[in-house]
Amino acid sequence: MTAVLEAPAPFAIELPPGRVGLRRALAAEWTKLWSVRSTMWTLVATGLAVVGLCALSTGTVNPSEIIDDPTRRSLIGVFLGQLIFGVLGVLVMSAEYGTGTIRATLSAVPRRPVVLIAKVLVFGTVAVVVSEILTFGAFGMGQAILSAKHAVGSATAAQHAQKFGFTVPHNLKALLSAGSASLGQPGVLRAVVGAGLYLAVLGLLALGLATIIRHTAGAISAFVGAVLVLPLIVQALPESISDAIARYLPANIGLVMFSTHGTPDRIASAFSPWAGFGLLVLYAVVTLGIGCWVLVRRDA
Amino acid sequence: MIEARGLSKRFGHVVAVDDLSFDVRPGTVTGFLGPNGSGKSTTMRMIMGLDWPASGTVSVVGRRYHDLPWPLREVGGLLEAKSIHPGRSARAHLLTLARSNAIPRGRVDEVLELVGLTSVAGKRVGKFSLGMGQRLGIAAAMLGDPGVLLFDEPVNGLDPEGIRWVRTLCKKLAADGRTVFVSSHLMAEMALTADHLVVIGKGKLIAETSVADFVARSSRKSVKVRTPAPHELSNAVTNAGGTVISDPDGSLTVTGLSASEVGDLAASMGMALHELTPVASLEDAFMELTDEAVEFRGGS
Repeated sequence: MTAVLEAPAPFAIELPPGRVGLRRALAAEWTKLWSVRSTMWTLVATGLAVVGLCALSTGTVNPSEIIDDPTRRSLIGVFLGQLIFGVLGVLVMSAEYGTGTIRATLSAVPRRPVVLIAKVLVFGTVAVVVSEILTFGAFGMGQAILSAKHAVGSATAAQHAQKFGFTVPHNLKALLSAGSASLGQPGVLRAVVGAGLYLAVLGLLALGLATIIRHTAGAISAFVGAVLVLPLIVQALPESISDAIARYLPANIGLVMFSTHGTPDRIASAFSPWAGFGLLVLYAVVTLGIGCWVLVRRDA
Repeated sequence: MIEARGLSKRFGHVVAVDDLSFDVRPGTVTGFLGPNGSGKSTTMRMIMGLDWPASGTVSVVGRRYHDLPWPLREVGGLLEAKSIHPGRSARAHLLTLARSNAIPRGRVDEVLELVGLTSVAGKRVGKFSLGMGQRLGIAAAMLGDPGVLLFDEPVNGLDPEGIRWVRTLCKKLAADGRTVFVSSHLMAEMALTADHLVVIGKGKLIAETSVADFVARSSRKSVKVRTPAPHELSNAVTNAGGTVISDPDGSLTVTGLSASEVGDLAASMGMALHELTPVASLEDAFMELTDEAVEFRGGS
């Protein structure tokens, strides 16, 4: 044995009271989310999809066309937006595995459920705020475009009426403005708020899928499959089966959520908007729950 | 202080770490030596609470990693080179970690200065060379000024100046009274950096000893010989079953015969010897101890 040469004094560290918990994890996740460019890019792309498609779908309306649900028409971009939003939800978790950052993350916050909860809270908050801004923005812009179109329509109608010696009924303008919606009308506010919530919950569902699958491409495929491909498959099934399944699909729940009235006819016995939303939240919670179990059990 | 007791890990049918027990003490640099694929990184990940042991336990400063209240202030780890999001800047990466463990913001700039990355702190990590990535990893490990440091192959990708820097840093950290555990597959590097060694092969503990003892325990010694008649001696040694290498300085290195056997042989031939020195090379000692335990043998 070699003799121990004067051992140095043990290194002393001073620790603050308490321990690493949710508050610290939230601060770290917040910094993490905004310190990569892909976050802003995907949010901007989602915005372009939601607002751009709204401009396209309302701007191409024929002035004399009667639109069944102007609110839904202006929110149609949510269908594209949800895919880009889903990618962001996936990246929040899968980028950690793809780049190896997960090891740094879990070394800093070893209690893994705390990490997942922090991610859900940070991304969920950003998702709700951004998607509500987008759906209210798209609604406002879409209705402005539609009412401008119908103003042109009603003016043309009035000119024609005068030419032929008719008096213009004073409620014509009101009749024609039924071509656009306002937040005070029944179901409209619920549909606009609902569209934003739908986007946000789908983003969290995507985060949950990525926690289970860990690979960006795999998680995005699963997300697109659930949202986009599943409805196509169900539609191809015999009607007796597809009618029973259709109402459970996320995309169909979303369609009901941002429609103001009635049920889109291709979904038999659809859930009510809020019941559907409840089911959607359940999907996200179950997916995140499985993700949490996988996160805790598996090696990082 | 790191204490591993009966640590085992399997990946499917492959046993990566097999009943490993060792102590890493404060105040010295302990080298973790083993060929590639011998289970060094897996062991390090288990110490950091990233991989779950199949059986056994490992504690850091007397606790399981998961039970450390402020992990980054107690243990710093450099596990894999450049396992950082390429889109994040060096400073943002460190800031994220600092926030999670309530480490003052100013410490981020301190460690950046310490590893010489101040000028590229705002640059995205994706643009970093492997060596810069290693420096950033070392900065992250030192962020919380911890008493225990784990460096997995820290000199990989570093230039000679960088290698010397890591060597000096490890010794300085140990001189502070910290526990420093450094892995390498290069015996020569460990000889220059470490005081103690934990040597493993195929996941099993081969030796836990001081560097000096490790060399002394080597049985395959070589003998350095100087003689005015090198050619004759070479032939005689070869005939006696030994192997001879002629060194550039005119001396011979004999393996397979002991110093006394070489001396007797020379005496029996009436030959003068100017030098007869038993030499145990560190590399030899390592090769010998890991000989039966090399997982992936080269084709030579």
